[in-house]
Amino acid sequence: MAETAEILRQHLIDPEICIRCNTCEETCPIDAITHDSRNYVVDPAKCNACNACISPCPTGAIDNWRQVARARAYSLEDQLGWDTLPAQGEVAAAGQTDLPQEITRLTSEASAGQGGVAPAPWSAEHPVVHLHTLAKPAVATVTGNFPLTGEGASSDIRHIVLDFGSVAFPVLEGQTIGVLPPGVDPQGRRHYVRLYSVASPRDGERPRYNNVALTVKRVTEDHAGTPIRGVASNFLCDLEKGATVEVIGPFGANFLMPNHPGSSLLMICTGTGSAPMRAMTERRRRRIAQNEGGELMLFFGARVPEELPYFGPLMKLPRDFIDINLAFSRVPNAPKHYVQDLIRKRAADVARLLRDPHCHVYVCGLKGMEEGVREAFRDVCREHDLDWDALLPTLRNEGRFHLETY
Amino acid sequence: MTSSHAIDYNQKIPNNVDLASDRTLQRALEHWQPNYLEWWKEMGPDGAQAFDVYLRTAVSVDPSGWAHFDYVKMPDYRWGIFLTPAVAERKIHFGEHQGEAVWQDVPGEHRANLRRIIVTQGDTEPASIEQQRHLGLTAPSLYDLRNLFQINVEEGRHLWAMVYLLHRFFGRDGREEADALLQRRSGDTDNPRILGAFNEKTPDWLAFFMFTYFTDRDGKFQLNALAESGFDPLARTTKFMLTEEAHHMFVGEAGVARVLARTAEVMNQLGTDDPAKLRTAGVIDLPTIQRYLNFHYSVTIDLFGADQSSNAAIFYGAGLKGRFEEGKRADDHRLHGETYPVLDVADGAIVERAAPMLNALNEVLRDDFIKDSVAGIGRWNRVLEKAGIGFRLTVPHKAFNRKIGTFANTRVSPDGRVIGEAEWARREREWLASPEDRAFVASLMGRVSAPGQFANWIAPPAMGINKQPIDFEYVRFG
Repeated sequence: MAETAEILRQHLIDPEICIRCNTCEETCPIDAITHDSRNYVVDPAKCNACNACISPCPTGAIDNWRQVARARAYSLEDQLGWDTLPAQGEVAAAGQTDLPQEITRLTSEASAGQGGVAPAPWSAEHPVVHLHTLAKPAVATVTGNFPLTGEGASSDIRHIVLDFGSVAFPVLEGQTIGVLPPGVDPQGRRHYVRLYSVASPRDGERPRYNNVALTVKRVTEDHAGTPIRGVASNFLCDLEKGATVEVIGPFGANFLMPNHPGSSLLMICTGTGSAPMRAMTERRRRRIAQNEGGELMLFFGARVPEELPYFGPLMKLPRDFIDINLAFSRVPNAPKHYVQDLIRKRAADVARLLRDPHCHVYVCGLKGMEEGVREAFRDVCREHDLDWDALLPTLRNEGRFHLETY
Repeated sequence: MTSSHAIDYNQKIPNNVDLASDRTLQRALEHWQPNYLEWWKEMGPDGAQAFDVYLRTAVSVDPSGWAHFDYVKMPDYRWGIFLTPAVAERKIHFGEHQGEAVWQDVPGEHRANLRRIIVTQGDTEPASIEQQRHLGLTAPSLYDLRNLFQINVEEGRHLWAMVYLLHRFFGRDGREEADALLQRRSGDTDNPRILGAFNEKTPDWLAFFMFTYFTDRDGKFQLNALAESGFDPLARTTKFMLTEEAHHMFVGEAGVARVLARTAEVMNQLGTDDPAKLRTAGVIDLPTIQRYLNFHYSVTIDLFGADQSSNAAIFYGAGLKGRFEEGKRADDHRLHGETYPVLDVADGAIVERAAPMLNALNEVLRDDFIKDSVAGIGRWNRVLEKAGIGFRLTVPHKAFNRKIGTFANTRVSPDGRVIGEAEWARREREWLASPEDRAFVASLMGRVSAPGQFANWIAPPAMGINKQPIDFEYVRFG
C-alpha cells in the first residue's frame, strides 16, 4: 500500500470539553500527549492508540478519533490552533479510502468492554481488511438458509451461506463482514451497514469453496424488550436460495485466532456470539489430523437447548477435541445457569489456561454478559493466586484477550 | 500473579501498600475507620446515605483500573489507601538535598514541618465535604447530583490518604492529628477547620461550581507541589490524588460553563442583558456570576499564604515541597540569589518589587494558579463568544479582597486601585456577591430528580459520565 493511502485512526482531544487538567499527559506511557497554554494535543507520530489515557480523563474529551490519510494527519500545530474539533465529514470529503465511520464506530463499540486495544495473536494469519467498499460492494449469492433453532423456540436463528462466485472475499475466523440491506430508511437514506461475524473457517463453509456462513438471529425486539423489526436480520433471515446480497469488508484485524502448534483457545459465548467460536472450532477440527496440540475449551450459554445454535453438530465433536460447557438459563424446572457459573465451576482449568502463555481467550455475545464474565474471571483468579485486574492488561497486550459484545 | 498496581479489596481497608504486613498500623487504621464512618454519617451528604450512586471506584492505580463504575451506597464506598507505584532510584531534585536518594521515612529534623504540611492538606478534605453536605437537596439534575457525590467520596478518600501518612510515619502525634481531623468542623466557632476558605459556606450550586473550579484548583497546585517532595510516600500519595482532583475541577469548569450557556441562551431568546428581566426568567445574570467569581477567586488565592514566607523557604530548601512542575523548570532548583516580583503598597499605590525567590515561593505557586485559572476563564468566555454575547468574565486584581499577606489591611478595587473604606463600603456590592445576590441564586435552587431533566438555570452537559447517556439514572433514590 502506498504511503499516501495508509489510513490512520487519529487520536484527538476535544478542546471544547477538555479542562486542561494534565491527567492524560501524565498518564501517557510514551509521552505522545503535550500541551501549550491553549490546548492539549496528541502527536500522531507517537500515539499507538494504547488507550491508557481514555479512562482517567475526567471529561470524556480524550475519546475522539478521526480517520485520516497518515500523510495528511493533523499536525501538533494544527491541533494547538483549534477551538473546536474538525468534523469527520470534512476529512472523508478529501477523497480517502478509509473505513466507513459507521464500521469504525461499530467495531470500537463492540470491543470497548475489553478495556483497551488488544493486538492480534502473534501467530494469527495476516488479515485482508476492507477489500470491498461501500462505493463498490461485492455481490454474494445465497446458497443456503437453514433454521438453527428448534420448533417452539422463542427466537429464530439461521445459518446462512453466501457464495462469492468468482469474486475474491478472503476471510479469517473472527473477522466480520458488512451486509447492506436494500432500500432506504424513512428519511430516504440508505440503511446502516450491519456487521456479522463469519461462522465458517477461512477455507470456506464447504472446504475449498468460495463461500462463508453467517449466524443470524431475527431481531424482533431491542435490548430493552421493546418490539422492533431489525432491518438487516429480517432481510437476511427471509432470503431465499439464489437471492443476492451486497456485502462489504472483511473487517477486523485483532479478534483472530492463533495458528501456532500448541496454542489453546478458551471461548466464551452466548447466542449468536457463537459464530466466531464455530469458525475457530471448525478450523481446528479440519486440522485434527495434523496433531498440533493445544486445547479447546468452550463455555456456551443460551436460554434453552433448542435455542443454542449448532447444538447438534457441537455435541457430536469428540470430547478429547473440545471441552464443552453448556449453560441454560430458562429450562423449565431446572435452576438457571449462566456461563459465569460454569466458569467458576471449572475454575481450576480456567486458571490453568489463563496462566498458559499459549492460550488465547475469546468472549462474544450480548453486552449484558460482560460484567458477569469479568466477575467470574476475577473470582477464578482470586481462588488461584492470580489477580485478574493485573492480568488483564498483560493478556490484552499479548493479544490473548479478545472481546466482542453488542 | 500480583502486582503493586493492584488494590487489595479483600481487606477491611483496601490498599496497595501491603497494610497486612504491618499489623500495628493496620490495627491503628482499623480503629480510626469506624470513627471516620461515624463522621461520614454525621457530616457527610445530608439524607443521601441510602441512595445508589453511579460512582467511580479505583480498583487499581494503573490507567485501566482506576476508573471502575458501578452503583454504590456512599457509606459502602471502598475508601482506601492508594499510592502511585514507586519510581526506582528516585532522587530529591530540588533544595539543599538535591541529588540524594528520596526519603522513605521521615527525617527527624523535618518531622514537625512535614506533619504540619500533611495536617493542613488533610484538613481541607473533610472540610469541603462538610461545606457541601446540604447541596444534594437542591441538585439541578441527577447528573450533577452524582458528580457532587463523586467529589464527596473522593475527598473522603483524600482524607484517608493523609491519615495513612500520619499513622504510618508520625506515631502517636500522627494518630492524635488524625483524630483531630474528624473533630474540627467547617465554620465552627470553637473548633474550625484550619484554613479560612474551608470555613466559608457553600450555600448554592453556583458557589459549589466556583468552589470546585477555584478552590479545588488550589488543591491541584498544592498537591502538585507536594508530588515533587523528597519524602517519597507523600509524593506518591499526592500524585494519585491528582488524578481524582481532575474530576473535581471538571465539575467546576463545566458547571460554570453550563450556567453561562443557559444564561446566554435566555439572553438571546429575550434579546436583553437586563439582570432584572433575566432573573425574572429564572436564570443567573452575568454580573452576578462575575461577583461570585470575584469572591471565590480572592478567597482562594489567600490559601497560598503570605506573599513572603520563611516557612515556604524552609520547606523548599529541605526538599519537602517543590514548585508546580519543578522537574520541568530550567533553573538550579536551589534558588539562592534568585529573585521574584512581589506586590507592595507605596504612597497609596500598588508597586512591584523584587524579593528573594526562596521567600516568595507562595507567590510563585499563587501566580501559577492564577495563570491556570485565567486560561479556564478564557474558555468560559468562549461560551459567551459563541453565543454572540459581548460580556466577558475577568479575574479581579491579585490584591483585591485579600485577608492574608501584604494586602490584608488594604482596600483594593478589582481593577487594582488602592481605595479608602468609604469607596469600598459604597461599591462592595458591585464587586462581591451580596446577600441579595445569594438570596436570588438560592431561590433558584430545587432538586430536579427525573433522569435527563435539568433545572432551568443550567444547560445540560455535552456528554454523560463514562459514556453513559445524559438521561442515565446516575442516582437511584431507592
